[in-house]
Amino acid sequence: MRTIPIKTVIDTVADLCRTANNNIGGDVFKALQIARRKETSPIGREILDQIIENHKIARSKKLPICQDCGYAVIFLEIGSEMRVRGDLYGAINQGVRKGYVQGYLRKSIISDPLKGGNTDDNTPAIIHAEIVPGTRLKITVAPKGGGSENMSSVKMLTPGDGIEGVKKFVLDQVLSAGANPCPPVIVGIGIGGNFEYAPYLAKKALLRRIGKRHHDSYYARLEVDLLRSINRTGIGPMGLGGRVTALDVFIETFPRHLATLPVAVNLNCHVARHKTAII
Amino acid sequence: MKNTAIKITAPLTDKVVRSLKTGQKVLISGTIYTARDTVHKRLYDLITRNKPLPIELNGQVIYYAGPAPTKPGYVIGPIGPTTAGRCDRYTPALLKLGVKGMLGKGKRSTEVINAMRKYKAVYFAVTGGAAALIAKSVRSIKIVAFPELGPEAINALVVKDLPAIVAIDCRGRNLYESGPKKYRNKVKKEKK
Repeated sequence: MRTIPIKTVIDTVADLCRTANNNIGGDVFKALQIARRKETSPIGREILDQIIENHKIARSKKLPICQDCGYAVIFLEIGSEMRVRGDLYGAINQGVRKGYVQGYLRKSIISDPLKGGNTDDNTPAIIHAEIVPGTRLKITVAPKGGGSENMSSVKMLTPGDGIEGVKKFVLDQVLSAGANPCPPVIVGIGIGGNFEYAPYLAKKALLRRIGKRHHDSYYARLEVDLLRSINRTGIGPMGLGGRVTALDVFIETFPRHLATLPVAVNLNCHVARHKTAII
Repeated sequence: MKNTAIKITAPLTDKVVRSLKTGQKVLISGTIYTARDTVHKRLYDLITRNKPLPIELNGQVIYYAGPAPTKPGYVIGPIGPTTAGRCDRYTPALLKLGVKGMLGKGKRSTEVINAMRKYKAVYFAVTGGAAALIAKSVRSIKIVAFPELGPEAINALVVKDLPAIVAIDCRGRNLYESGPKKYRNKVKKEKK
């Protein structure tokens, strides 16, 4: 049984909060540069130029890429042969507090959904944990902004709706979202599971590296088909028209109840933030 | 093709507003005012109750924005646009009182566009997620109204060459409609 000090968890989470907000992933940056080359709309190109320039500024000056520093969504893979002496979730929240305060990141969490009141430290985090074999603790911090989150949706399709029903739901969602999720977007899709599990799959899908296809060729093809359809909507950068509306589409699947076909779409804006550390 | 950005200064005159066409790239200098949901509701309440307003609205440019905290050595934290649509219901009343320009992101409602046509105002799109870049154009910041709202107070920002795009002009030409339409390929609508 391996013991990990609480302080290591706190400091690691704090660091991940800051770096996730300041340094966009290399795959996303590269995808934006490719999008800039592909985009034929002059306004779309101007927008992509600004987005790319902004990443350079944010990285070199250690500033958040976007003023919406997001909800701290955290994925844990907890090794079954590892333990943290003390309150693991408490430590993670302490790390978020430290990262958001010391990193001059915006505090966007309201403590009561209807009564209001900012928590002033961007806690609590939303923590998704899985227990895996081994002695390591893997932490992924994926700050999620409100604009794109507002444009996400889950639907209980019926098994008869099938793949065409899934495609229609995804496309309809992207079309009705329009400019609001700050295109070009990254589309996370969850198919199967249950009412609460499909959205989790969709959010997990957003962690994938741009360009990496689903391991099953059936879903890989669906990802490519949807990406093509979405880019043909003409929505473009910031919804002002163009050829690049989405940078990629990722699908995660899970077995479903025989009477249901849950589908969830979690849109991410182009500021797709996630950083991982393994302790 | 409107490829060169033209420089304009806030507050805006009617003449400048009328000259701006949808799709035009601009660089905005002068003084603009940040105002988000809460402040809009406050102003709207004062207007409908015929009470005096804390700032003169005539000619002014509003920026829908709530910045990240300011790091030492900087004038302001990253300050990209927030979704303008959430303030749509309060906007016609502000346009009636002379607000000439709005900076934000996302579509506006039909009521807002009609008011823009009637009272001559223009809506500019600022790039979302380019917040650190936008912050570079802010030279100073001063709270001018509702200080009790903290980060949601009305701030006067002195800006130099803030990049924006005319998304909806004072004649109601809407780039959120015409843009995607131009780039939409003929996709067969999937019927269930």
